[in-house]
Amino acid sequence: MSDEIILETRGLEKRFGGVRAIADVSFKLRRGELRCLIGPNGAGKSTFFKMLTAQLKPTSGQILFESKEITRLEAHEIGRRGIGIKNQVPDVYDGLSVRENIWLAASVRARPTLARAKVDEVMARLELEPLADRLVGELAHGQRQWVEFGMVTAREPKVILLDEPTAGMSAEETSRTAALIREANKLATIVVVEHDMQFIRQIARTVTVFHQGAILAEDTMENIQKNQTVKDVYLGKSGRA
Amino acid sequence: MALRIVGLSPPSQPPRAWWWGFAALFAAFLLTMPIYFDIAVLFSVTNYLVLALLALSMSFLWGYGGMLSFGQTAFFGLGGYTYAVMALNLHETTGAMIVAIVLPMLFAAVLGYFMIYGRISDIYFSVITLVVTLILEKGIRATSGDQYVVGSVRLNGQNGIPTTPALQVPWNPKVQLEIDDVFYLAAILLVLTYVGLRLLLITRFGRILVSIRDNERRSALLGYDTRRYKLLAFVIAAGVAGLGGAMWGVWGNFVGPNMFNLGQAAQVVIWVIVGGKSTLIGPIGGTIAVQYLTDWLGTQGVGQVSLVLGIVLMVMVMLFQQGLLPSVGLIAAMARDALSGARRHRAPP
Repeated sequence: MSDEIILETRGLEKRFGGVRAIADVSFKLRRGELRCLIGPNGAGKSTFFKMLTAQLKPTSGQILFESKEITRLEAHEIGRRGIGIKNQVPDVYDGLSVRENIWLAASVRARPTLARAKVDEVMARLELEPLADRLVGELAHGQRQWVEFGMVTAREPKVILLDEPTAGMSAEETSRTAALIREANKLATIVVVEHDMQFIRQIARTVTVFHQGAILAEDTMENIQKNQTVKDVYLGKSGRA
Repeated sequence: MALRIVGLSPPSQPPRAWWWGFAALFAAFLLTMPIYFDIAVLFSVTNYLVLALLALSMSFLWGYGGMLSFGQTAFFGLGGYTYAVMALNLHETTGAMIVAIVLPMLFAAVLGYFMIYGRISDIYFSVITLVVTLILEKGIRATSGDQYVVGSVRLNGQNGIPTTPALQVPWNPKVQLEIDDVFYLAAILLVLTYVGLRLLLITRFGRILVSIRDNERRSALLGYDTRRYKLLAFVIAAGVAGLGGAMWGVWGNFVGPNMFNLGQAAQVVIWVIVGGKSTLIGPIGGTIAVQYLTDWLGTQGVGQVSLVLGIVLMVMVMLFQQGLLPSVGLIAAMARDALSGARRHRAPP
């Protein structure tokens, strides 16, 4: 991990009518980090992710990626610069085969022959080969999550945003996902939104706590668990996993 | 809907050997028709083949690009009028034919730019394209006066241009194509366009286009500028529709404002729905079937042709939601699964 800031937001704000979904969020991410975002439902984690990837336009504030402002870029430009996202709801091509899904991701940047090699590599890493010709819409929820994870990594982004990557997964699938995330972290900076505390303990070094659209705390998992304010708003009420 | 439809492989895969056989058979059948049928039949069939080009342009755009352009007739009519006006002015038809394809594409590029880069929703895309074709119809209808002249050609408003020239042989302009020649040309153009569009779907462009239909947001987040691909698909479809319009003018030696009208625009949607938009060959069959039925009903003294057609369409939509051709595949898939012990999926090995 270097000290270089790869992704930064300054005073980021999003209003929906009178509601401030995100209020004055200043967030810094160092290259190579594996960061977890936690917070109660409605804390603004997904909204924050959507603004980082131009699925939502911020009301005010700035987003900087590799020291360049990306606040007003289109979604595809942000994708090209190297920010990949797995949305909360599996966002895949249900009508296309698993191989085609991965190929579409790999060939954003790579030339045809490289893209094919990349597809094979990703399919092998995620053990998706037996499913290669199945339609993604036919697969189980956990498998679709992995297909999406495969797509996000296949295009080799510099920053990967994962919104609840283990939702709906069994314990076994969850720990495999944790291993995959740690593996992907060797090449990319990763931010994960999760509710599963067990899972966060497995992967996180630094944890950022969102509450009511603002950053409440940012520390190691150990300290976060001791933090009384965090316990009050989050861990205390929703119970510990 | 997890049932795999027989014969309907995902468009991104290269066509299988049987498909090439099918395309060849289809071409051979069309090209040998003049041996078995007399000139009157060929004349009607030419009309179907030309209209099938229009259906093909819509099914490519709708079935594979996910964009329902209700007004593909705008480009069809524009192609027809461009051909008529250019051919009458230039006394030369090869160039006129080319302009009749290019001009609708340019028009689509401008229109599509504002619609697609303006990020209007799917429903407005359909509404705007429909309105555009209706505006063109009204515009053409209002050109009855002497002052509406392009070069030396009067547009004639309601009456259209009944002197639309026959096609000349490009390398020998003194020779004009006769009815059976136009039939051959229409058949060849249809088969080439069909094969061309099918092969386009396995290129990088085609695969990305299909991905946008499936999930546009995902394609954008991966880094594809989805607007570019959609615009290009719209322009290509306009070119095919323009070619259809020009050929329709050649076929009947006539172009008129009805090429743009609501009935015509709706008919294209009907052909595609009846044939099934998840294939390209389906809408070709749909066009031929519906048009044949229309012509046949007209000779049976039913009187209410539209009423009967309407009932047929309703039954079709209710019974075969996928369209005729995919429904045949679907029935085959169900039969296969029933035979193989009612297993719906093969378990992954």
